[in-house]
Amino acid sequence: MASIEQQAKGKKEGEIRYLTPLNIETNKAKKYCRFKKSGIKYVDYKDADWLLGFINEQGKILPRRLTGTSLKYQRKVSVAVKRARHLALLPYVTDLLK
Amino acid sequence: MNHYETVFILNPVLSETQIKETVQKYEDFLVSKGAKMVSKEDWGLKKLAYPIQNKKSGFYHLFEYQVEGEVINPLEIEFRRDERFMRYLTVTLDKHAISWAERRRAKLKQKA
Repeated sequence: MASIEQQAKGKKEGEIRYLTPLNIETNKAKKYCRFKKSGIKYVDYKDADWLLGFINEQGKILPRRLTGTSLKYQRKVSVAVKRARHLALLPYVTDLLK
Repeated sequence: MNHYETVFILNPVLSETQIKETVQKYEDFLVSKGAKMVSKEDWGLKKLAYPIQNKKSGFYHLFEYQVEGEVINPLEIEFRRDERFMRYLTVTLDKHAISWAERRRAKLKQKA
């Protein structure tokens, strides 16, 4: 009941209704897997500044949807980051890392 | 003969001679077990990303070697027993890792 009334009220306030849905074209640059493109086959845990590209300011590992890496290399990256953290090359948690 | 790579951190309070002696001791330990040392690297005193045993920095060393599998466990027991070691990590290298390590060494040599 309540939802129907809300809908009725909503229409009365005179919302702007578009016939065709607006598709705001955000400039979606095609994400690509850095490893496939540059042909790197091994993620080196000793190379901390390369791994910085895969963690955020708090030192957490970035998800694939942001970095665009493929699943196979994302697993290698996460193993490498955890090894670098073990060796204190990367912090476990921090702020304003970059 | 698998390919291994060990990175370890030594206590920063150690003197230069103690560090050399430690590195030499473990290299001899490996060679005595029939290992073939591929490369040794000394990254020197580096700042740690977080304090370990309330120390802010440590001496980093890298060993790359080929050895039989059953040598690794006694080696790590030695590392655990030795209190000069703050942290160590032994990693096996597959073919991609070996080619990467070679390329990395070549790059370092060029730079040096």
